[in-house]
Formats: sequence, structure tokens, C-alpha cells
Amino acid sequence: MTGSTQNGLKEKLLTFRHGVHPEEYKELSNHQRIERMPFVEEYTLPLLQHIGAPSKPLVHKGQRVRRGDLIAEAGSYVSVALHAPVDGTVTDIGLYGHPNGQMLPAIKIRTDPFSTQQLDQPAQRQPEELAKAEFIEAIQRAGIVGLGGAAFPAHVKFNLSENQPCRYLMLNGCECEPFLTCDHRVMVEYAEELIDGAHILQHFIQAEKVYIAIEANKPDAVVGLRAAAAKAGFPVEIIPLQVKYPQGAEKMMISAILGKEVPAGRLPIDVGVLVSNVGSIVALSQYFRHSQPLIERVITVTGPAVRRPANVLVPLGTPMRDLVEFCGGITGEAARILLGGPMMGIVQKSLDTPVVKGTSGILVLTEREVQDIDTFSCIRCGRCLEACPLFLNPARLGLLARKGLWDDMEDINALDCFECGACSYVCPSAIPLVQSIKVGKSMIREKKAREKNQA
Amino acid sequence: MINEILIAVGILAGLGLLFAIILAVADKKLRVEEDPRIDQVEEMLPHANCGACGEAGCRVFAEKVVANEVKISKCTVSSSAAIERIAEYLGVEAGAEEKRVARLLCAGGKREAHSLAEYAGTLRTCRGEAVVTGGPKACAWGCLGLGDCVSVCDFDALYMNEDGLPTVITDKCTACGDCVEICPKNLFELMPESRKLIVQCKSLLEGSLAESKCSVACTACGRCVADAAPGLIEIRSNLAVVNYELNHLASPEATLRCPTNAIVWVEDEQFEKRPAVWLPLGRVEKYTEET
Repeated sequence: MTGSTQNGLKEKLLTFRHGVHPEEYKELSNHQRIERMPFVEEYTLPLLQHIGAPSKPLVHKGQRVRRGDLIAEAGSYVSVALHAPVDGTVTDIGLYGHPNGQMLPAIKIRTDPFSTQQLDQPAQRQPEELAKAEFIEAIQRAGIVGLGGAAFPAHVKFNLSENQPCRYLMLNGCECEPFLTCDHRVMVEYAEELIDGAHILQHFIQAEKVYIAIEANKPDAVVGLRAAAAKAGFPVEIIPLQVKYPQGAEKMMISAILGKEVPAGRLPIDVGVLVSNVGSIVALSQYFRHSQPLIERVITVTGPAVRRPANVLVPLGTPMRDLVEFCGGITGEAARILLGGPMMGIVQKSLDTPVVKGTSGILVLTEREVQDIDTFSCIRCGRCLEACPLFLNPARLGLLARKGLWDDMEDINALDCFECGACSYVCPSAIPLVQSIKVGKSMIREKKAREKNQA
Repeated sequence: MINEILIAVGILAGLGLLFAIILAVADKKLRVEEDPRIDQVEEMLPHANCGACGEAGCRVFAEKVVANEVKISKCTVSSSAAIERIAEYLGVEAGAEEKRVARLLCAGGKREAHSLAEYAGTLRTCRGEAVVTGGPKACAWGCLGLGDCVSVCDFDALYMNEDGLPTVITDKCTACGDCVEICPKNLFELMPESRKLIVQCKSLLEGSLAESKCSVACTACGRCVADAAPGLIEIRSNLAVVNYELNHLASPEATLRCPTNAIVWVEDEQFEKRPAVWLPLGRVEKYTEET
């Protein structure tokens, strides 16, 4: 499907069906160069920063660690390693607040006052000389996860079996969430690493072609990456997509570029596509070329209530309070703090939790943006149906959820919902649709887990 | 003309006769004899279909009772008189099942537990609140107090007390487990009524840290361990845990020196009787067409 041309890119722009057009607000930070955050006094590294089993700590209280040292190994296959972001001393391994609201085991490191940004780790074997199994193991050891937000261990995704041919590798630089600009800046400033990482991965998964999908509101990233891609020795195409939410959901991106639909309950690989966030691919390149495991990531700190919106390269485990302070702090108008963008981000109750691998942005909104509106009855206008990118029926799902009919929700594919929030965004009656569906999904999953335990 | 009518009538009558014969034969050959007692027993059961017995519903339970696969007393919703009536009707033993009730393992209501934020969402249920970084309470384990358990209870056995904690009316509780399933913090536990010594806290934080978040948190000080019979209570990951296999040794003495009242002796309802103020906070509307 084709859409109109946008933002001066003189070509037809692809997109998916349905979706919404929220205000972008990217101008707050999309021209801010990535800044490196100085070390703070203490770092808290939760052992669970990814989907899967928690990592197993390898250090003890009082032990000295160097920047980049392995401090926890993968706890199982679906789990990754964790590394020290600074030179320092382990002061505690105990329960600390996690951005998800729980108290979870974490390693606390007190920074050595003379710690430098220098990374002093032995050189890695180059990927060209690795066998596939070694490559997968190396990625797990590097602690790389999907940096788009879900934090799914990258090695699990990349470990394709023989009967799962992968035709296309798609790198996701859409960044359709309003306000967030971290992927944008990564694509502009780390274009060569991105192309290099894509080459490494393409070599191992034997993809015919690499696509880099970018929403058309980042023309500088498109131009920069096209220049870098021209020098690359493998087939790579930069595809600008129409600006529409949720363009960055992997299923939407595939339907926009290939016109193929990923069936319900299946993965992109079932239609021969592997999707990865651009940040993860840069991390991959940095691990092999500079021996730097995943110890820092780019985070957008933005919003009308942040004094100095910025894109910051932050060591993992940095307390959010320090990060916000680094960006000038928040103004007195601040009313709500979100982790992630305004559409899918989660409201935080405190800033005392650390930055984890899945943190993509901190957004501070004022009273003007978060006005609470009264909820009214559903008027059957059908706007949520027109917004839902998966062609689900959010009105019905929400109604069933509020009545506690979880089984009926499962029958109409509630588990396919990836919680983009387009339905709640368009609802003129301000019904908390995606919120109810989230609750229903958790009930369905818990029921399944109980049944599995009984069986 | 009249001939055609007669032929049509004849064919239809013939077909009707043929199918009647097939049905008559099928009725004789394929008949399934169902024990008429199943219907009778089902009639005597409470029709709650609550699943407390562990079966898929009252009908399945009735079938199993008639087949003598389960004891009638497994139905915790029926009164003991009703159970005896069924037992008498079937001429079997009723069996003895100790009454179980749901207990809330948190005593941190509005007065005791601190909140870090105010929940402003329009989805005013505990489950909805839990989606947002585990709710506004400082304690990550504590009761969220919006009463999902109250709205899900089919037997009106729960009410929100004035402190914002759901309280189980033990006489009405049938231990069906609906509140156990709905609670996002997993705070309910079904316990035999004989378990009177209860630790009403689930916080795994150490002493002063736990207490800084909630005034009735277990600080793992160990006084109850010292005061109770040996082996009855132990401290496991910063929490006092009662070993209910030794429940016969339990006495209220263990609770006397608890500095935070985290461990209590419960005779009937939990949380000392307060005037029953009905506070259906965020109660979900039940089965109306709209909303």
C-alpha cells in the first residue's frame, strides 16, 4: 500500500492499514546530539533486565570489578549475561526496586572515584572466524537484548533452526512513539556501526536482503544511512515509511514493506523475516569490534516538564533521578513521569529505580497533557475498530474484560493484542480499552500457567 | 389431478412412517440409561457452579458423587444439613471436610501502608492499578485496596473495611478461590479455620526497610519464633513463616511481643472488628448491558 509523500522525501511511502496519527513532539530532542553521561556514585543492576530467567550473580560483596567485567551469567537458555558498567566495588546483592514495580534481586556497585570511560577488555574473536553456535553463544555472553523495549534476549531470536529459512533481515528504526528520539539519533550518529552490525548478522542468518525501516519524519537518518549503505558490500535497502502509529510494531512493519501478514500467534520468522531494533544491532557491532558488552544504552529524556530534553548515553543501572538531574531536572509543572513514550509507556511512581536494558525513554508530562477525562458509555462509533492495526475488536474486548469474561476474550484473540494503545487514544468516551485488555491478557496467561502446573 | 395429490400425500406419509420406524428402533438400540439420581442430586446442590469442589460445575460434581468418586462434603457451599440430606438420599457417607476460608496475608491498609503516588487511572480496579508499576503503594507486595476480590465474590463474603482492606466474612466464605485468582498481588490463601496463627505480611524486605514502607510489616525480628513452640515458626527470607504441620502447638502467645502486629491470632474475621462500612471502591459493574 502506498501513502502520500512526507517531509521532502520524494518517493511513495509505504505503510500498513489502520493506525492513528498522534502529535509527534520529536522536535524537543531530535536535533540533540547523543551526550555521554558522567559516572554517578552508585549503580543498581537488577538481575532481571530481560524476558526470561534472571541472570546468576558471579560476584560477591566487596569484590572489585572493572568496567565491562562479567558480573552475572545467563541463568538459562532464555537469559543473558550482565556486565559492570563502571570500575568499582560490589556493595550489596539484595532486593531493590525495579521499574516494573516489583522488588527484585540486584547487584549494587559503588563507583571507583577514578573510574574512567576507558574500556579495558580483551579483544573478541572476529565474527568472520566464528561458527554459528559460537556466534550465538557470544551474543548471549555480550548480554545483548532487543533494545526496542521488550528486552527479549537477542541470541534466542537469532538462533534460527535449519527449517526456518530467513529471507529478509529487517532493522526497525521506525520509532513511532511520539517524543522518543533515541533510535533516531543512534541511526544518525552510529550509521557505520549499524551497517557493520547488520552485515555480521546477515552473514550468520543467511538473509537475502537487509531492510532498514525508518519513518519519514527522520530524513537525516534516511540520507545518512543511504550514504553508509552505498559503501556496504551486501544488499541493504533503506525504506522510509509513512509516519503513523504503531508503524514500529514488527507485524505492522512487515505488512508495510512486504505486504505480508504474520498469522495470529506466529512470529515474523514464520513469513521468513527477522526483525531487530537498530540499537541492538549497533550493540552487536560494538561487542565484536570494540569488545564492549551491553553496558550502556541511549535514552531520550524529554517532555515539556524536563528543563533540558536530551538524548543521553547512559550506563545501565544509573538511578533515574540522577539521569533526570543530568538533564536539568524537572520543572515544578511536572505531573506525570513515564518510562517509554506516551502511547505505551508505563507511569512511574518514583524515580528511585534504575535504568535497565529495556528503558528507551523518560518522559515527564505536565498537567496540560495528562488532564483526566470522565469515562462515558460506549456509543458504538467503531473508531477503535478502525484504529486497531490488528483488526481486533477493542470495544468488545474491553467490555468482556470489565465483566470478567476472560475465556470469551481469548476466543476473540485477545492474546494477539500487543497493547499499542491506539484504541484508547481514539475513544471519544475515554473508555480505558487497552488498560482493560492488558488486565484480561494477564488473567488469561495466569489461568494458562495454573492449568500447566496442574497438568 | 386427484391422483397427483394422493401420490404426494402417499409419499410423504410413507417417508414419515419410515423415519418413525428408524427413530423407534434407534430409541431402543441406542438408548443411554442415565442414573436418575444424578438429576436429583444436582437439584439438591446449590447451583453455584463456583468450582470450589474442584470439578467443572455442579452437574459434573453430581455425576461423580453418584458414582461415589468424591465425597459430598467436598461441596463447601452446601450447608451441612443439605449435605446430610444428599448423603441420606444416596445412602452413602457424607465424609468430613474441614471448613476452609480465604485469608488476606496483608494488613497494610490506608492507615498503615504508605503510598508513593496517587492512582489517577479511570480503570479503578486492583488489576488495572497493578499494570501501572505495581500500584501506588510503597510496599511492592501490599494490598491495593480497590476491591477486585469484593466484586468477584459470588457469595457476598467480602467487604472493604474502613481501612481499605477486604475482610472475609468467615460464615459466608465457601473457599471457592475466586478471590485468590483475581488478586494481582496473590495475597489470598485458602486456609482451614483451625489455622488461627497467621502472619499478615508478605514483604521480603529486611526489618527497618520493610517498616519504613508499612507500619504492620513483618520485620523478621524473631520474637515470635522465640515465644512459640520450637519449630512452629521460622524466619525465611525476612519473613516469619508458620509451619502448619505443627498447628496443634500454636497459641496466641507467639503474637504478644510482635512489635508491628504482623503476626496475629485470628478467631473469626481478620482485622479487629470495625463497624462494617461498605466502601465499594472501584467496584466493577455487574452485568449491565451498557458500559
